[in-house]
Amino acid sequence: MRVPLPWLREYCDPPLDVRAIEERLTMTGTKVEAIHHHGVASTDGFVVGRVLTAEQHPDADRLKVCAVDLGEAEPAQIVCGAPNVAAGQTVAVARPGAVMPDGTKLKQAKLRGVASEGMILSESELEIGSGGEGIMILDAELAPGTPLGDVLPIAMDVIELEITPNRPDCLGVYGVARELHAATGAPLAPAPWADDPGSAGPLAGAEVVVECPELCPRFTARVLEDVTIAPSPPWLKARLTAAGQRPINNVVDITNYAMLLSGQPLHAFDLDRVAGARLTVRRAGEGEQVQTLDGQTRTLDSEMVVIEDSEGPTSIAGVMGGARSEVQPDTKRVLLEVASWKGPNIHRTSWALGLRSEASGRFEKGLQPEQCLHAQAIATRLMEELCGASVAAGTIDIGPEPPAPAVIGLREARVRAILGVDVSAERQTEILAALDFSSIRTPEGLEVSVPPLRREDVTREVDLIEEVARIDGLERLPATLPARRGAAGKLTHAQRLRRAAEDALVGRGLHEIVGWSFTEPALLDRLRLPSDHAMRQVVVVENPLSDGQSIMRPTLLGSLLDAARQNVTRNGPDVAIFESGTVYRRKDGPLADEHHALGALLTGALAPRSWRGEPVQADFFAAKALLGALLERFHLDWSVRPGSWPFLHPGRSAEVLVNSRGADAVRVGFLGELHPLVADSWGLERTAAFAVDLGKLAAAAEPVVSFAPFGSFPALRQDLAVTLPVSVPAAEVIDRVRAKAGKSLERVEIFDVYSGAQVGEGRRSLALALSFRTLERTLTDEDIAPVREKIVAALAEIGGELRG
Amino acid sequence: MIDRITELRGEAEAAIAAGSSSDALEELRVRYLGRKAELPQMLRGLATLPPEQRGAVGKAANAARQALDAQIHARAAELAGSELDQRLQEDRVDVTLPGAPAQPLGRLHVLTATRRELEDIFLGLGFTVMEGPEVETVHYNFDALNHSSTHPARARTDTFYVSEESVLRTHTSPMQVRAMEAHPPPLYVVIPGRVYRPDSDATHTPQFHQIEGLAVDEDITLADLKGTLLEFARAVFGGERDVRLRPHFFPFTEPSVEVDVSCFHCAGKGFLADGARCYLCKGEGWLEVLGAGEVDPNVYSYVPTTEANAPGYDPEKVQGFAWGLGVERIAMLKHGIPDLRLYYENDLRFLEQFR
Repeated sequence: MRVPLPWLREYCDPPLDVRAIEERLTMTGTKVEAIHHHGVASTDGFVVGRVLTAEQHPDADRLKVCAVDLGEAEPAQIVCGAPNVAAGQTVAVARPGAVMPDGTKLKQAKLRGVASEGMILSESELEIGSGGEGIMILDAELAPGTPLGDVLPIAMDVIELEITPNRPDCLGVYGVARELHAATGAPLAPAPWADDPGSAGPLAGAEVVVECPELCPRFTARVLEDVTIAPSPPWLKARLTAAGQRPINNVVDITNYAMLLSGQPLHAFDLDRVAGARLTVRRAGEGEQVQTLDGQTRTLDSEMVVIEDSEGPTSIAGVMGGARSEVQPDTKRVLLEVASWKGPNIHRTSWALGLRSEASGRFEKGLQPEQCLHAQAIATRLMEELCGASVAAGTIDIGPEPPAPAVIGLREARVRAILGVDVSAERQTEILAALDFSSIRTPEGLEVSVPPLRREDVTREVDLIEEVARIDGLERLPATLPARRGAAGKLTHAQRLRRAAEDALVGRGLHEIVGWSFTEPALLDRLRLPSDHAMRQVVVVENPLSDGQSIMRPTLLGSLLDAARQNVTRNGPDVAIFESGTVYRRKDGPLADEHHALGALLTGALAPRSWRGEPVQADFFAAKALLGALLERFHLDWSVRPGSWPFLHPGRSAEVLVNSRGADAVRVGFLGELHPLVADSWGLERTAAFAVDLGKLAAAAEPVVSFAPFGSFPALRQDLAVTLPVSVPAAEVIDRVRAKAGKSLERVEIFDVYSGAQVGEGRRSLALALSFRTLERTLTDEDIAPVREKIVAALAEIGGELRG
Repeated sequence: MIDRITELRGEAEAAIAAGSSSDALEELRVRYLGRKAELPQMLRGLATLPPEQRGAVGKAANAARQALDAQIHARAAELAGSELDQRLQEDRVDVTLPGAPAQPLGRLHVLTATRRELEDIFLGLGFTVMEGPEVETVHYNFDALNHSSTHPARARTDTFYVSEESVLRTHTSPMQVRAMEAHPPPLYVVIPGRVYRPDSDATHTPQFHQIEGLAVDEDITLADLKGTLLEFARAVFGGERDVRLRPHFFPFTEPSVEVDVSCFHCAGKGFLADGARCYLCKGEGWLEVLGAGEVDPNVYSYVPTTEANAPGYDPEKVQGFAWGLGVERIAMLKHGIPDLRLYYENDLRFLEQFR
C-alpha cells in the first residue's frame, strides 16, 4: 500500500524524517517496502505565474507566445503549446534550471525561432493528476512569483507498505497513523470519521434489500443531493495520484480518498440511474451474466453476490461496479453505498472471475462492519465540501449489531515466559492504549478490551503478547540459547548413508543435478512404458501450471535425461550426472508412495581426454562399476541379474538386488544402457544409467560395520583360466568357485574375458584370480591342490574346461 | 715377497682411486682380488713358503687384500651415488604437462551443498534432522497449522492439489505437527525438504527447498529464537553478523517475526567503500532470510497425545519456536546467484562453479 507521507503526517506527525519513520514502522511490524518520491525532486524553479498576453506564434499554428508575470519587474516570454492557454490565467511555471519529475532539466530554449524562458505546466507534468491536454489553471488569487511548492503539493515522499493479512485495519492511512503513534509516541489526531455530518435513521427516496445476509454482514447507504460533478481540487488529485489512484471526478475521487483513509471501499451510484431507486443484494443465479465497468461480460455462479436494481444487476458485490448506474457528468443525486462483505467469499469470486480490484483486494482480507460508517462519514463531509452536496437525512443500515468487544486476560508472568524479557504492566498498558485497546489492572496482570477493528486478529493472550512485544521493541530481546535438554544433534543412519552415496559419486567425477519433481505425462510414453506398467501409477496434479508439469515423476530418469540432453547440446558429448531426490507413485489414501532415489546417467567419455590414453566410454559396465563402488562402500551384499525395463536395452539391462544370497533378497533398482529409441528421443548416443532406492539400501546396510580379523599370514594367490559356454553367467562361475573353495578363499576376481577362435565357437575363457588365506598358518600349493580340484570339477559340471 | 705385496698394493690403490666407473672398478677387483690375481694366489701359496716367512707374508697379503676390498667398496659406493645422480638428472619430465590420466571432477549441486551446510550448523546446535512426505494432507499442511478454513493460501491459485484432501506441501511446516506426534518434548528438529507453490518467474519457481526448525520444551522463549538464529547467521555469513527480528504474521506462530541478517557485503552499512549503494541489501544494511516465531498455542492443540509422544503437548505446559528458511535464498545471497531458474537448468557450466 502506498501512503503519501504528508497525508500520514496529517494524523500523526512525529519529529522524524522519512528514514526514521521507515525504521519505526518496519521494526514494529508495518514493513516499509520502499520509499518513493512523488512529483518534483526539488521545488526550486517552480513558481506561480500570470499570463498577461498570449499571441499566436508567427511560424507555428499550435504554439502561443505568452508574456507571463512571474512577480519580477519584467514578464517572462514563454512559448506554450497548450490549446487552453489564454491571457488572464494564473498558471504553474517551471523556469530554466528547474528539474521535472522525469529528471529532465529545463533550459532556455527557442521554439520555432522564438525564445522561451520556461514552461507553463499541466497536471500530468507535475504528477498531480492526469488532467488531459491542457495546462493547469490555478486559483486567480495567487500572487505571481509565489513558490509553487507553497501552494501545490508538487513534491512528496510516498512510503510503500507491506500490510500483513492479519492487519486489514492498516489498509487505511489512519490505521497506519495509529501504528506510527504507537511506534513513536507522537500524538494521534482524532479519527477523520469522528465528526459525521450525516445522521442515522430512515432514509427517504431509496430502498435497499439484502437477501443474503450471510454474505453481506452490513450494508449502508446515504443519499447526497445537489451534487455538482467537477474535477477535484489539486490537493486531492495529488494525494490520489501519489497513492496510485487515477483522479476521475470529484465524486469518484472522494470515494477513493475515503477508502484510502479508512481502508473501507465505497461505491457511488447515480441515484437517478438506479432503476426504481431500489437496490437488491442477492446471490447470482448459476450462469447469470453481468457486464462490468470494464466492458466485459462475466458469467457468475450462485456463490457470487450481485447488487441489482429493478432493471437487473448493476455490480458484482465487493468486486466491481457496473456501467449503467455509474456517476456521470450530469449526476445530481448520489447514492453512497458502503457495505461489508465476507472476505473468503470475495476472494473466491475475484479469483474465479479472474477479476481483481482495489475493493476486492481489501474485502478479501476481512473488513469489520464498523468501518462502513467510518467511510460514510469521511465521504459525506467531503461531498459537502467539494461537490456542493447536501446529505439527506438518515442512513440505510442493514445488518446485525456488531459483537461487543472481547475481553482477554494478560498475565505479566506469561509475557516474560514467552518473550524472555520483562515488560512492566505500566508499559504494557501504555502500548495497548496506543493501539486503541483499553485495559484494567488485575492481580495477575491486565484485563484487556479489544477494539472492533482488531477483533479478528486479537483473540487470545498470546495475541496481546505479540502486540506488546512488537511495540516494546524486538530489538530489546537478548540473544539467548534454549536449554537444549536431551538435544544431541546427529544424522540418522539413512541420512549419513545418503550423504556417503552422493559423495561416492561426486568423488568419481559425477555432477549432481537437481531436477523438477513435476514432469509431463508424455514422459511415460517416451520411456516406452506399456499402459499397464506400474510406473504409470503416477500422482497427478489437479491444477498444474502447465501440462508439462502435471504429474509427479515416478523415476529420476526424466530429469537426468533432460539435463543430459541440455548439456550435450550446450557443452559437448560427455555427461556424467546423478540426482538424489524423491520419486512418487500413487497409492491408496491421501498420501503418495514416495521414496528417495539415487540415479546416475553416463554418456560419452567418463573422464576428460588425456595425453596418456583414451578415457573409458559410458556403457553398461562403466555404470555397473560406479554402482558397485557405491554399494561396496556400504558393505552391502549385492548382485545383479538380467532384468527387463521398457526403457532399457533388452540385452544390456539388469535388476539390482541386495541381500541377494539370502531368502530376503530385495530388488533395489535397475542398471543398464538405455534403449536406443529412448536415448534417441533425447538426442543422446549410447547412454548408461542406474537408479536405486536409497531407503531400501539403508534398510539393508548394517548400521555398524564389525571388524573382521585378517591374521598375520600371507595370502596364497593362484590364477585359474577356464573356458565355458557363453551361456554360463560369470556370476554362476563365481558362485560355484566360492561354494567349493570354502572359508580359506579370501577373494575371487575375473581379470580377463576372452572369446575367439582359440576357445571355440560358443565358448569363452574366463581368467580368475584366486586368493586364499587362513588365520592359522601360511598356506602352500599343496594345501590348496584339493580345493583347486574340487573347483575344477564343479566348473566341469557346467561345461568348464581348464585352459593350458 | 713383502716388497711385491707392497708394490701390488700401491699399484692397486692408485688404480682404484682413478677408477671412473662401476664397470672399471669391477675390472680392477678381478685384476687384483679375483681368483687368478696375484695377491690371492700368494695367499693360497703360503703353505709352500718356509715356515718362518709364512707369518709375515700372510699378514701383509691379508692386510693388503682387506684394504683393497674396502677401498673398492668405498669407491664403488661413491661412484654409484654420482652415477645415480647423473641418471636422475637425465630422467627429467615436463612437470608442467597435465596430470594423467585426467581425473573427472564431480560436485554436489549448490542446493545440496547449502542444505548440508545448514543441516550441519543446526546439528551442531543440537537439532536432529527429520524428513517428511511431499504429497501431504490438507490437515497437516493447513488445518493443523491454524489456517482458517477460508485462508487464501488454500486456494487453488496458491496451492497444488492432488486430491480434495491432499496437496503438494506448500512449506516444510506440516512436519511440525508430524514431528510432535512422533516424539515427546523436549524436541529439537530441523526438517529440510522440497516444497511447492504455483508461481513461476525470476524470483519464484514452482518448487523450492526449505529448512524448517522446531524447538519445543517447557521454557523456550522468543529470545532463544533470536540467539539460535544469531548463531546460524554467524555460521553461514560470518562471525561479525547481527540479526534483527521484525514483527510479522504467520498463522502458525505467535508472535511472528521476519528475520534479517546484517548485510555481509557492506557490513550492514548499506553502502560500499566507494560510497555506492550496496547492491546486495539495496542500501538497507539488512538481508531478509527467514520467517519465524513462537509456535502458536493452537498448533499444539492439533497434536494428539499418544504412546509415542506422551506426555504430549499441552499448550499451557510447553512452548517453543519454529522457523522456515529458503535454501535457494541462502545460496543466492551467499554465492551471488542472480536467477532462481539457474538452479534447475542443471547446466554444467553452473554446476561446475561450486564446491
